Amino acid sequence: MSALLRLRGITKVYPSVVASDRIDLDIQPGEIHAILGENGAGKSTLMKLIYGVSQPDEGEIQWQGQTVHIRSPAQARQLGIGMVFQHFSLFESLTVAQNISLAVKGSIRELSARVEETGARFGLPIKADTVVHSLSVGERQRVEIIRCILQNPKLLIMDEPTSVLPPQGVQQLFETLRRLRDEGCSILYISHKLEEIRQLCDKATVLRAGRVVASADPASHSNESLANLMIGRSIEPPPHAPANAGDAKRLLIQSLDHVPTDPFGTVLKGISLHVSPGEIVGIAGVSGNGQNELMRLVSGEELHSAHHAGELSIDGTCVDRLGPLQRRTKGLGFVPEERLGRGAVPELSLSLNGLLTAYRHGLTRLGMIRFGAARKFARQCISDHDVRCGGEQSLAGSLSGGNLQKFIVGREIALQPSLLVLSQPTWGLDVGAASNIRRALLQLRDSGAAVLVVSEELEELFEISDRLYVMFDGHLSPSLTTRDTSTTQIGRWMSGEFLQETITGASDH
Amino acid sequence: MLDSLVFLIAGTLAAATPLLFAALGETVVEKAGVLNLSIEGMMAVGAATAFTVATLTGSHVSGFAIAALASALLSTVFAILVLFFLANHVAAGLAVGILGLGLSALIGKNHEGQTISPLSDLDMGWLSELPLLGKILFSHDPMLYLGIVMIFLVWWLLSHSKLGLIIRAVGESPDAASAIGYPVILIRFLAILFGGAMAGIGGAYLVLSYTPLWAEGLVAGRGWIVVALVVFGMWRPLRIALGAYLFGAVSLLELFIQGMGFSIPSQLMSAMPYIVTIVILVIMSRNPRLIQLNHPASLGQSWHRNA
Repeated sequence: MSALLRLRGITKVYPSVVASDRIDLDIQPGEIHAILGENGAGKSTLMKLIYGVSQPDEGEIQWQGQTVHIRSPAQARQLGIGMVFQHFSLFESLTVAQNISLAVKGSIRELSARVEETGARFGLPIKADTVVHSLSVGERQRVEIIRCILQNPKLLIMDEPTSVLPPQGVQQLFETLRRLRDEGCSILYISHKLEEIRQLCDKATVLRAGRVVASADPASHSNESLANLMIGRSIEPPPHAPANAGDAKRLLIQSLDHVPTDPFGTVLKGISLHVSPGEIVGIAGVSGNGQNELMRLVSGEELHSAHHAGELSIDGTCVDRLGPLQRRTKGLGFVPEERLGRGAVPELSLSLNGLLTAYRHGLTRLGMIRFGAARKFARQCISDHDVRCGGEQSLAGSLSGGNLQKFIVGREIALQPSLLVLSQPTWGLDVGAASNIRRALLQLRDSGAAVLVVSEELEELFEISDRLYVMFDGHLSPSLTTRDTSTTQIGRWMSGEFLQETITGASDH
Repeated sequence: MLDSLVFLIAGTLAAATPLLFAALGETVVEKAGVLNLSIEGMMAVGAATAFTVATLTGSHVSGFAIAALASALLSTVFAILVLFFLANHVAAGLAVGILGLGLSALIGKNHEGQTISPLSDLDMGWLSELPLLGKILFSHDPMLYLGIVMIFLVWWLLSHSKLGLIIRAVGESPDAASAIGYPVILIRFLAILFGGAMAGIGGAYLVLSYTPLWAEGLVAGRGWIVVALVVFGMWRPLRIALGAYLFGAVSLLELFIQGMGFSIPSQLMSAMPYIVTIVILVIMSRNPRLIQLNHPASLGQSWHRNA
């Protein structure tokens, strides 16, 4: 059997780094092939080369036995290569059918029918006449996949597709991908989630620092041995001693209602939550169920309206009317979900980005910046958290997502906050980097800080948190002790089951 | 009384037409993600060219056609600056606008203060003879009707045609549009040319029909009101048309009130159409949801491949 796609000696050099180093890769028709690697191992670069976004400096690409030069994504699509991006390339103000009609020939009416029919065939239910901005991330991904399928691809590239999906959604996606494979479409699956690759993929190629280091049958490996291949050393999960939580309530929210200013935001209803010093509290839930709104309230980016019930307090003082800066002086540290623009300023250097939140910690004097101290602070964050970059003067926007995240989390931890709030702290990070961050959070907890983590990754929450809440449709569940609960229960609560349980619970009395 | 009503409505239609052309053109430009602030200058060039050509050739049709060409040519300067040299849209628009005002003075220099016979009305036979309605609706020049047709044409283009879909896609996310394979720069270029031609026609209408004379500075800020119309009309042709007619109506009321002998300072009176139009449109467009749905997300941002 001849390979569908064959890469030979593909090399791509960027000014500061060799992103792809003599890569060989064979993809057979009808297989799901994983590309596995850490952040910055060169997975995305390789995909861009295959999809024609950029061109290799050296090497040869063969498609169905023919040597090809793929100069643009349009050409890649003509060959039969489709790609679903990590950040979606949909037009938010257009409907599903309109979006698809931009890439696929046919009238809107005819396409609407095909969209819904294809959706049903592959387990991707979607309504063709909804406007994209009102869809959840998971639904948007469906639209992207359907758009690719309608172009009859022979090879479908999926870039970290599960990073935006809830656990149930992941299984559904796998089912779709298997059906696609059974119809003869090969799939190139990029991920750093080992468990998924073992479940789904027929073959795995492991990249490290731009090189192919191994080619493996994932089903015959354990997670640990795959991780070893990927990182080149073994990693241990952070030791998780039970929490030593005090009775004090560092962060306290009591039956709080809130209508967000964003017209598409989720209304928060009766949120009660507390975090004590010395514990990590997790909030699970599919994104878009009000986590963002809650985070904005806690960070002070959005103020809780006095017309609504409830209040927010830190260390017993009401902070409802305090802005982010004043809350930070009370010991709050905050890591938002969006790294660029909210967590860091892309156009500023790392040392100036450090200054943004750390300026009170000896980095200014009489209103003047102490550049030496600021650079030293940034260097410290970089070395403490293994941030891979060109030094503290490199621009935040030039770092890969994972490395910038390490820097931002490192910066906030370095400030030794008494209350640290993080949203998706390890989103898009590989196992090694994620486990470093989790370890740092546990250390911070053991030093007596209160930590609140919003995450979509259940495994992560189970690994580090002492107590858990689940968020659904603007409601927050009662608190659960992590040790006494299971992923199954959390999974059920994530679809809102706790609401009925609380109601029945109440009616029992 | 009836006469005044006829005068008011017919006058409103005429006063709104120059703005209508320019605003519909600018809507397409902005929907494609380009903010062209040089409308005032383009209208002025259109007006001066139209007047000169029509005076020299005696043909109003040539006047309109050459005016559209001239303004499109001026908008090409803007397009090259913005699309190929990645100039800031606002700065480039202002510069080209000022250039246009200067050019218009130069072009119209020999005709300063002259008048011209206005574009003749369309004869619609018995329709124009109808009592009242005939005078209000069926005794205008052909360009005024073309303006009304353009409202629906641009509306249909943007919301119902494939081309419109592509224009909106380019305006929302040039990266995604380019990834699918659409020529973003070409589409923006053509949109800018269309916007230029429409502004030129708007300017031409001013001097060949509305006030059939040429004087420097005759556009008098209408190009700026057009920018406001497009934004506060939320890039929706029907709302924008409504805004243009509102502006026309208030301009007419001004004459009425003066005629009735109220002693309101004339400066305030001439400012009224601008103030009233903006205030009403701002109030109408407060809805953040509508703004989010209609606002071209990449408006005014420079773009190039592989950014």
